[in-house]
Amino acid sequence: MQCQECGNRPATLHYTKIINGKKTEFHLCEVCAKEKGEQMPGMDAGFTIHNLLSGLLNLDGQMTEEHPSSQSSATVQRLRCPTCGLTYNQFSKIGRFGCSDCYQAFAERLDPLFRRVHGHRSHRGKVPKRTGGKLRMQREVDELKQQMAMCIEKEAFEEAARLRDRIKELQKKLDS
Amino acid sequence: MSLQDFTQHALSEWMRGQGPRSDIVISSRVRVARNLSGLPFPMLATSSQSSEIVRRVEDALRREDKPSILKGAELIRMDDLSDLEKRVLVEKHLISPHLAEESRYGAVVLSQNEAVSIMINEEDHLRIQCLFPGFQPEKAWELADELDDWFEQELTYAFSETKGYLTSCATNVGTGIRVSVMVHLPALAITRQLNRLFPAITQVGLAVRGIYGEGSEALGNLYQVSNQVTLGQREEDIIQKLTGVVRQMIQHEHNARSRLRETSLTKLEDRVHRSYGILEHARVISSKEVMERLSDVRLGVDMGLISGISSQVMNELMVLTQPGFLQTRSKQRLDVDERDVRRAQMVREYLSLKRNEGNH
Ligand SMILES: [Zn+2]
Ligand SMILES: [Zn+2]
Repeated sequence: MQCQECGNRPATLHYTKIINGKKTEFHLCEVCAKEKGEQMPGMDAGFTIHNLLSGLLNLDGQMTEEHPSSQSSATVQRLRCPTCGLTYNQFSKIGRFGCSDCYQAFAERLDPLFRRVHGHRSHRGKVPKRTGGKLRMQREVDELKQQMAMCIEKEAFEEAARLRDRIKELQKKLDS
Repeated sequence: MSLQDFTQHALSEWMRGQGPRSDIVISSRVRVARNLSGLPFPMLATSSQSSEIVRRVEDALRREDKPSILKGAELIRMDDLSDLEKRVLVEKHLISPHLAEESRYGAVVLSQNEAVSIMINEEDHLRIQCLFPGFQPEKAWELADELDDWFEQELTYAFSETKGYLTSCATNVGTGIRVSVMVHLPALAITRQLNRLFPAITQVGLAVRGIYGEGSEALGNLYQVSNQVTLGQREEDIIQKLTGVVRQMIQHEHNARSRLRETSLTKLEDRVHRSYGILEHARVISSKEVMERLSDVRLGVDMGLISGISSQVMNELMVLTQPGFLQTRSKQRLDVDERDVRRAQMVREYLSLKRNEGNH
């Protein structure tokens, strides 16, 4: 397959971006990928793809058009993380957060970005064991409730009762 | 040092091991990105903050209850390595070029078998990577998950209830997971079917890229398939989706190999044996050509057309013929022309060594 940018080198990088809610495919050679402002170091695919996707952040103008109701770009440019001092403007140029508080500081601007990159905006995966205490338990309760509903549907009432007791137990701990 | 000793010392388990579906899948990797709460990400960290992160990981590693895979693990600081030593680690896929070249206070924890490499002060404070031979991304995740839990007993991660693990780049936030599988697809390349396959893969939200390309090409028909989405899906679902797609790729490659066998066996035999002959006898060989020939020979071995040599030898040679390795072996800097000569020599010697081993 030829690179869709230059049409003369073979495409070695294949991925999609979600732009305006639509999946768009990209098939690029490394040279053109580089020219799109992305660093393409060596062989680490994860690293490379992640760099490439971070190019999305630079589409800030487009983002404003998509959300005309959001604040004027002047206000946005003044957004600054109180902890590390990074401004939203700098963030959108570099494509990197300065610290974990940046997520809070830029929150109002980030959901469209997360949607574009991931198609989602909330975490559903792992929760830290030691510090994630309550959230972990809440996730378990949600999971057990789903299982219980399935048991009831299948008329496996004994199993459903067992799950109900476990849920009660956890709920008690959660409320305490 | 004899070539045998050198390679025994030099090769990691993922190159030597024989994992499931290793006729098509070279390796499976899972990487999770984690940051410590209360410290800026490496890009903005001060020197003392960066060295504190290394120290905290070092402290954690002193604990007695560490997972068995980390027994005897070594913490290596980038500042203590020569450029060549760093390059070799990159060629073995144990560290990223970014850690080698651009990090400040960068370090890596390597398990003895090199299945685990934990990069410190790369783009994120921690990047826990598990690399297995063949097709076993679930196993790699299990191990990464276990190591992550163990570190979390000692280290407090930057985590948000709604956004998950907070990372330096928005493309990793949530699970912080990147699963990637390296596949060898020579028959699909020969039959020109990759053009149809890749768009189908990107459609489901995975990314594919050629590897070992110097500049613009995917050499050796080796491709890396990885997830793009890290937020909003569970780790298990991300892995399952990728696994399903790779299974289909394996099936397509199998079908293409069968068709080649049925329709053009003689041509195929000629092709793989010619390449074998060149590897056995060439006196000068470029990095590009060596990858193409190795891909042919591997296809021949995997299809039973070439005997007396194992496909692992091909994995090993793919790494051993990289510039960093050649220069380490020669104990000197080599320019491109010198490398092409050394490369051909390395391949000849290694093939004859392995054939002899096979005869005993
Ligand atoms: Zn191009
Ligand atoms: Zn910040």
